[in-house]
Amino acid sequence: MPKLGFAAAVMIGALLLPGALLAQKNSCLECHSKLEDELKAPVEGFKLDIHQQFGLSCADCHGGNPAKDDENLAKDKTFRGAPKRPQVPAFCARCHSDSAYIKTFNPRLRVDQLDQYRTSRHGLLLQKGDTKVAVCTDCHGVHGIQTAKHPKSRTFPWNVPQTCGRCHADAALMKAYGIPTSQLEEYKQSVHARALFEKKDMSAPVCNSCHGNHGAAPPDVKSIAFVCRQCHPSAGELFSKSPHKKAFDEMGFSECEACHGKHKILQPADAMLGTEKGALCAQCHEPGSKPSVAAGRMRQLLGELTSEIDADGALLDRAERKGVEVSDPKYRLQEIHTLLVSVRNLTHGLDLADIEEKAGEGKTLLVGVRASAEAALREARLRRTGLVVATIFLILFALAFYLKIRQMRGRPKA
Amino acid sequence: MKRRSFVNFFLGGSLGATVLAFLYPIIRYLLPPAQAEALQKRVMAAKVGDLAPNSFKIFKFGSSPGILINTQEGQLVALSAVCTHLTCTVRYEGDSGTLHCPCHNGRFDLAGNVISGPPPAPLETYKVEIVGEDVFVAKKA
Amino acid sequence: MKKTFQALWAFLDERFQVHSLLELAKKKTVPEHKHSFWYFFGGICLFLTALQVATGIMLLIYYTPTVDGAHESVQFIMSQVKFGWLIRSVHSWSANILIGVLLIHMFSTFFLKAYRSPRELTWVTGFFLFVLFLAFGFSGYLLPWNELSFFATRVGTDIAGSLPLVGKALKTFILGGSTIGQATLTRFVWLHTAILPLAAAVLIGLHVLLVQLLGMSTPLSLKDKPVKEIPFFPDFIYKDVLGWTLILILVGVLCVFLPWEIGKKADPFSATPLGIKPEWYFTFMFTTLKIIPSHILSIEGEKLAILGFLLGGALWLLVPFLNRRASQGKPSPTVTLVGAAILAYIVVMTILTYTLPGL
Repeated sequence: MPKLGFAAAVMIGALLLPGALLAQKNSCLECHSKLEDELKAPVEGFKLDIHQQFGLSCADCHGGNPAKDDENLAKDKTFRGAPKRPQVPAFCARCHSDSAYIKTFNPRLRVDQLDQYRTSRHGLLLQKGDTKVAVCTDCHGVHGIQTAKHPKSRTFPWNVPQTCGRCHADAALMKAYGIPTSQLEEYKQSVHARALFEKKDMSAPVCNSCHGNHGAAPPDVKSIAFVCRQCHPSAGELFSKSPHKKAFDEMGFSECEACHGKHKILQPADAMLGTEKGALCAQCHEPGSKPSVAAGRMRQLLGELTSEIDADGALLDRAERKGVEVSDPKYRLQEIHTLLVSVRNLTHGLDLADIEEKAGEGKTLLVGVRASAEAALREARLRRTGLVVATIFLILFALAFYLKIRQMRGRPKA
Repeated sequence: MKRRSFVNFFLGGSLGATVLAFLYPIIRYLLPPAQAEALQKRVMAAKVGDLAPNSFKIFKFGSSPGILINTQEGQLVALSAVCTHLTCTVRYEGDSGTLHCPCHNGRFDLAGNVISGPPPAPLETYKVEIVGEDVFVAKKA
Repeated sequence: MKKTFQALWAFLDERFQVHSLLELAKKKTVPEHKHSFWYFFGGICLFLTALQVATGIMLLIYYTPTVDGAHESVQFIMSQVKFGWLIRSVHSWSANILIGVLLIHMFSTFFLKAYRSPRELTWVTGFFLFVLFLAFGFSGYLLPWNELSFFATRVGTDIAGSLPLVGKALKTFILGGSTIGQATLTRFVWLHTAILPLAAAVLIGLHVLLVQLLGMSTPLSLKDKPVKEIPFFPDFIYKDVLGWTLILILVGVLCVFLPWEIGKKADPFSATPLGIKPEWYFTFMFTTLKIIPSHILSIEGEKLAILGFLLGGALWLLVPFLNRRASQGKPSPTVTLVGAAILAYIVVMTILTYTLPGL
């Protein structure tokens, strides 16, 4: 009997032990979960925190002794409490700038955030005593921090504009610094925002793509061009070879921004080119001058191409609506559309001869597409004619039958 | 009598015309069309010798473009030319031996893997079969 | 010319004994009264079936029954094959019109109580023919292997799979495996081009034979009145053909102005498109299952609905045997009312499928 009792005790102990070990005492969470509002929030938030996933807890950041239930004993001399805003960067950097320590959790995680931050506008102003600027917790959150790869994280690409916008779209806050607050609204109208929010293209640029993360600062005039070239190298290359490059450099113009803007970057329109009212070329070039005439010609070429593409597309749609199968000419039209994209790109190089050649290529291909479209419409007309003929025969046949039936009625019964 | 035979004639005539109007499409349907087969699992992309080493050709595969590359070493490689980012058509860059998408600077290696840039997925690779003078490209699997 | 024709006729008649059949045919009559308009619908079903067989056989020349080739072959038929667009569109349109006409035929014979003795077996064979044609529609719909057909099949087989007891086995048998794939396509082609046509041929044979042997049923409301009779051959046949000609004109117009779409090729790995529905003739069942509450008196709503349909189907099949009053020549307004309610239910549910938001 005693043997049985002993065995039972060992079994129960073995069952409970792992549980006991895993559920290490955390008096911080225990006490704070019984409090309210701001003091309870850390407990809720921390459940989803990435630090918790790595086995870290309250004491690892705030110090103190989580094994003690008594508040005074828990807040022992290692207790650091909640840092004030100016102390936050150093507070986080205690671990996040410690290369050896971070390596044990994620060898690929960078450890230069604090250094970067100190070069940023936010960091510089904070050092001067401005506590309204962003510190780590403003962008990353606190007690619920997620990696930038997590869709709920404040630093996940499609949340970044909102994170920056919390301050930078606040007119009252930014007034003191003289910084405009239209950037967020402008960005939201941009083609980059559309790619990000509508097409869910995670490679689309957000605030930190051009401004940097921790070393956030507005790129200066020379840098803007490099920033855009990260994703648009061919336009950049063409521009560098064009006469605009020297002119822009000499006059201190910002390369891409001068024509495309910086936050409200819209889908470029052909109307930006040329000599008409509203075209950008006229901002610098006199009407009648060689560049102006060339611009007009480029605009004309683009216009001819687009109108022909649209016309052929409309013809093909009409044929398709009439039931003719037109996937082959539609494919060819799609290829020509790709060619149009490259012609538009060539405008950055300002080489008229190049553009004429490429546009000419497109026009030749369009001739074939138009022929196919017209053949398709002829096929549609042919089908309808065939139907009319067959229906006429059938109607005549039905009529003949009707007459026959009438005739049958008239005859004497057999 | 006259009326009766008119009606019969009318009936027979319209019947004959209708039958012909139906027979014509049926016979045309049964005759094999110009393109014998429906399947676009395999196309003839080029003739042997069309491509110089380190050059490429875009060909139509089904309803989308494919790219046939003759590498520096003289090997023929074929892949889908549709960039997995925003469906622009990729091109082969002889200098780097990689596939480049001019739209947003995406770059793929000859196995279709993404080397750099925004494309989220690799390019589909195809089999190249040389039959006599013809270079055929077929879908794998 | 006429002499050779007569000689040929005599030669064949001596061997096939056709003249006795012709004598019978000449004697056959069909009643003509204010409800005899409904008699034509059976013949229209037959005509459309023949049209389906003809166009179906033609489509088989170019159709490829593989997962890789099915969609492409339909595209090929629509674009490359001369008049392929016509043959295929006729097949798709006639299929839908046929089901519609079958419903008219079935409900008209129901309300006219044509199923009463001695025509019970005509009704029974007709019922099974209706089920066969629904199977034709369901199996044929998958063959173009486009997005709509793939997911509609999935919805349908999922419902089959939820039947109590036999559900899982039935679903596996229909699919030829656990999911819709090549095995399913092959199976559906087997059903659609071999098994169902054979079964339909047998049942149609029996059905038409019974109609020929027993003649047309006269509605009870005209029981005591004298009814005019017209010869079946050639008068009634001529009227039949006139009707068929008009239907043919309708089909032709539909095919030229509204050719059947090819659709996007099915991708088994893509998400089910929103608002996916089966073909219109299945929608009344589909919508019932969608809107029925999840539990009714602790029984799963869906299972209850399916059992309801099965029970309804069984009662529908057995109505000639259950409606004794009709067999005795007495009016049976209750049965008529029940039938009207069922028809109303089907119509309302079908309309709701396309008008209810979020369905």
